[in-house]
Amino acid sequence: MSAPKQRTRQARDNINWLWEWANPVKFMWFSGLVLPYLVGLTALVMATGMIWGFFFTPEAENFGSSVKILFVHVPSAFMAISAWFMMVVASVIWLIRRHHVSALAAKAAAPVGTVFTLIALATGALWGQPMWGTWWVWDPRLTVFLILFLFYLGYMALWAAIEDPDTAADLTAVLAIVGSVFAILSRYAVNFWNQGLHQGASLSLDAEENVSNDYWFPLLLVMVGFFLFFVTMIFIRTRAEIRLRRVHALELRERMADA
Amino acid sequence: MIALLIRDLRLAIRAGGGFGLGLAFFLIVVTLVPFGVGPESDILARIAPGILWVGALLACLLSLDRIFQLDFEDGSLDLLATAPLPMEGTVAIKALAHWLTTGLPMVLAAPALGVLLNMPAPGHLWVFVTLLLGTPALSMIGAFGAALTVGLKRGGLLLSLLVLPLYVPTLIFGAEAATRAIDGFDNAGPLMMLAGITLASVALLPFAAAAALRINLR
Repeated sequence: MSAPKQRTRQARDNINWLWEWANPVKFMWFSGLVLPYLVGLTALVMATGMIWGFFFTPEAENFGSSVKILFVHVPSAFMAISAWFMMVVASVIWLIRRHHVSALAAKAAAPVGTVFTLIALATGALWGQPMWGTWWVWDPRLTVFLILFLFYLGYMALWAAIEDPDTAADLTAVLAIVGSVFAILSRYAVNFWNQGLHQGASLSLDAEENVSNDYWFPLLLVMVGFFLFFVTMIFIRTRAEIRLRRVHALELRERMADA
Repeated sequence: MIALLIRDLRLAIRAGGGFGLGLAFFLIVVTLVPFGVGPESDILARIAPGILWVGALLACLLSLDRIFQLDFEDGSLDLLATAPLPMEGTVAIKALAHWLTTGLPMVLAAPALGVLLNMPAPGHLWVFVTLLLGTPALSMIGAFGAALTVGLKRGGLLLSLLVLPLYVPTLIFGAEAATRAIDGFDNAGPLMMLAGITLASVALLPFAAAAALRINLR
């Protein structure tokens, strides 16, 4: 066998190895195995990051202790967008490969993402009141998060409204893809519409001016904690959805047997 | 395609299909806003383009569920799905029929309603232009939303929840272009973005809407 051919076969085997995890049984086995460790790790990282952030960072100039809301506000805002991104990827995988676990993971992510969005909005309002003197302004970033929240609501409402699970998965996947395009478009539209109070990105790897290291390390830890929390929630919720499917299937079989 | 367009237009006009209803709703929204915010003419003049845009958007939303729902119920949508015309074409034509029966009358009526709101003189022209550019996008996005919810018994409220966030960019650019023109600023930027959204919606959304319809008819 020629070398390139062998390489393509190897690549295909690698990919197949990946798709095997989309098997519900294998997913249940694996997620059940790692879930206890994941929960422990999440609790550890979150607790360390939060305690470090809340009690062992200096109070910032002009901010007072209100700066510590940062440790909830930034990671939840970050995860709110990441959760939507994960939903879109899972939806695309469902549309192309028709793995049920993928569709259920997207469904499971939506309420978690909604709560992250809500936390980001609420902590932002709490922070904005002492800093800007107002709970809410029609600032681009704030507006975009409100719109993102509406997108999440619409997505969940569509899931809830359709009875047939496969139809619901298909339609919500289409909505997630089209919705993302419009969400990105809204991002630029509101920038155009109003220049606001919210500061620019204070966290990036290449920026010259970041927040000082005093905040940066605990913040990083909290962000990792939020991410682990999200993964844990997805595992738990996807497991619940898979079990729900099984219960439905069993009920259906029983009814067929009775008839 | 033309036959389908004519059929849809006839249905909309003859069967009490909301041809005048959207327009009447638009008029009512424009009448209600001064009751809400007070009759001071300088306030009204400032918010006039925004009111006209929001009114047009809501009136458009009102008639969306008619695009596919009636055809779905009496089975003609199944016939259209098996017809030689591709589903994408059907969706595009139905969106066009919706625009001709609700969007276009509102575009024509908006400058006249602007008088009620004491809109400054250049506004009449610009509200007309921006609505003319923007309402096709509203119809097309709405057709996508209607395609998603066509199989549902009570899809109306869900339809608004799905479609209104999608309307945000169109509304922002449309109202912004009109307001800037009235204030005497250069509005080429938002105007081009508005036209871009309309063109992209008309080009791409028929595919998404047709996919949603096929899933619903499966």
